[in-house]
Amino acid sequence: MKILVCITHVPDTTSRIAFTEDDTQFDKTGVQFIIGPYDDYALARAVELKEQLGGTITALNVGEAETEPTIRKALAIGADDAIRVNAIPTDSFFVANEIATIAKEGQYDLILMGRESIDFNSGVVHSMVGEILGIPSISPVMTLDIEDATAKMTREIEGGKESIQAELPLVLGCQEPIAEWKIPNMRGIMTARTKPLEVKEPSANTTKTEFKNYELPPEKGAVKMIDADNVSELVDLLKNEAKVI
Amino acid sequence: MSILVFIEITEGTIKKSSLEAISYGAQLGDVTAIAFGEISVEELAKAGLSGASKVLHVSDEKYHLGNVQAYSSAISEAMESIGADTLVLSKSSLGDPISARVAIKQGASLASNVIELPDTSDGFTVKTSIYTGKAFAITKLTEDKKVISIKKNAIGIKEDGNAATVESFTPSSTDTDFKAKITSQNKTTGEILLPEADLVVSGGRGLKGPENWGMIEELATTLGAATGCSKPVSDMDWRPHHEHVGQTGIKVAPSLYIAVGISGAIQHLAGVNSSKYIVVVNKDPEAPFFKAADYGIVGDAFEVIPKLTEAIKAIS
Ligand SMILES: Cc1cc2nc3c(=O)[nH]c(=O)nc-3n(C[C@H](O)[C@H](O)[C@H](O)COP(=O)(O)OP(=O)(O)OC[C@H]3O[C@@H](n4cnc5c(N)ncnc54)[C@H](O)[C@@H]3O)c2cc1C
Repeated sequence: MKILVCITHVPDTTSRIAFTEDDTQFDKTGVQFIIGPYDDYALARAVELKEQLGGTITALNVGEAETEPTIRKALAIGADDAIRVNAIPTDSFFVANEIATIAKEGQYDLILMGRESIDFNSGVVHSMVGEILGIPSISPVMTLDIEDATAKMTREIEGGKESIQAELPLVLGCQEPIAEWKIPNMRGIMTARTKPLEVKEPSANTTKTEFKNYELPPEKGAVKMIDADNVSELVDLLKNEAKVI
Repeated sequence: MSILVFIEITEGTIKKSSLEAISYGAQLGDVTAIAFGEISVEELAKAGLSGASKVLHVSDEKYHLGNVQAYSSAISEAMESIGADTLVLSKSSLGDPISARVAIKQGASLASNVIELPDTSDGFTVKTSIYTGKAFAITKLTEDKKVISIKKNAIGIKEDGNAATVESFTPSSTDTDFKAKITSQNKTTGEILLPEADLVVSGGRGLKGPENWGMIEELATTLGAATGCSKPVSDMDWRPHHEHVGQTGIKVAPSLYIAVGISGAIQHLAGVNSSKYIVVVNKDPEAPFFKAADYGIVGDAFEVIPKLTEAIKAIS
């Protein structure tokens, strides 16, 4: 089985979000970049499926050279090789288009990625790729099992879940509890250095949006503390000050 | 602008978040809504109160279970048939994949997590929530066709319109549309759905075990709130996964979020920072959640929560 795992290169979840150059650039000062947490679940499940069924895992990132340490981490966790499409990931459509091009070339059985990136949170790239390729896309996937060419999945829906069955090839957006995050071991880190990482130029230059600038939300006001013996004061504040109950 | 709004149905009524999408669309142009599944004509006509002039209803049984590809094809077809240039929907487990697929089918610009009406002074510019609520992006949609996926509870619902006319719509589906088969669906019924709830009571590891959720549920029932939890709580199966709030779970945007026995790790806060008001009950005065709260009580949840429930009952 050939699995393609698409990973984002995103600020660690504890990062302070700030911007520079008139709020047009993300401020990378002191920020550590990671594999997106949802993509990390996808990668972990891919490694398990490979152990079970055999096959290969290719990690794919659309990004500039700075993302290579993140790609190497995916190789250390268990991808066999990697592709970096050398471009700034300008919008969802651009990224989906590049992923679809690589997917077509490589004829993958399974294309896995996170349900959404944690920078732009759109949650649409998997389904765009599915639509471009004319195959089903399912997200957010909580469990995935494969038997012959059939995938059985559970998908989270509002207030519950549903079971879905489909033939490969498929594109899936993953989330917990599909697998446990894997930490690379020493051997993985050593072999990752020599695993192939191919750099490709983007196939097209197609965006459908034009980014203008960032904004930060207003600062939160100070917290009002209420004595634990006086909960009726809280109720009064919620009713008459906040007017939410 | 001619706008199609995809509306979702829950237990025979239009979801609140979909009424919000209609209200948004109605401020941009003429709105036709499209709905799938089991719902009465009277209920569908209520889409008019929020501003839809017409509702297309796909009642064919094979569309009952939210099949993404089939819905996307039908919606794209409906856009063509009414000449719509824009699709508006609410961001959800169906909204996300449908917005993506329809955007590709229509060659449209897509904006997800939109929180305000567009600025049309120079083209069509939207504000979206990014970095899990920690920032916003201002983005221009450059194509004539657009797909706008709005963040729940960001826009508000308009309710001053007249009933809409309801027409049945029969899409020309293909087998490819049904390649992914939904074999079963398991949803709670009669509960307030967490992602669109206006009030949320959420519990963390501080509650010590699933057997202690009675007081959380009682407070929630008293308020008419949905229940949520932190990630370790759903990881340990104390609560179902669809209640998990945070960076890797549900992002809520209620007017009131009450956090009980949750420390306030940055990844949890990422899921609640769009709440209008936050109340934190924690026995540790140093718990980081207090910095993100509007109102705080330092105390033992097992004492404070029952008293709070009584005090709320007393005024209602
Ligand atoms: C990549 C990543 C993603 C993550 N995503 C999420 C996410 O989406 N959502 C999420 O929630 N977490 C997430 N986490 C985990 C997060 O970092 C925290 O570990 C988690 O939120 C802690 O849950 P908690 O507050 O319930 O538990 P704890 O941190 O153990 O806090 C328990 C709190 O309860 C208080 N307490 C104890 N007893 C009482 C009592 N009797 N009365 C009142 N208070 C009491 C304690 O003072 C403490 O503050 C993520 C972590 C990572 C690394």
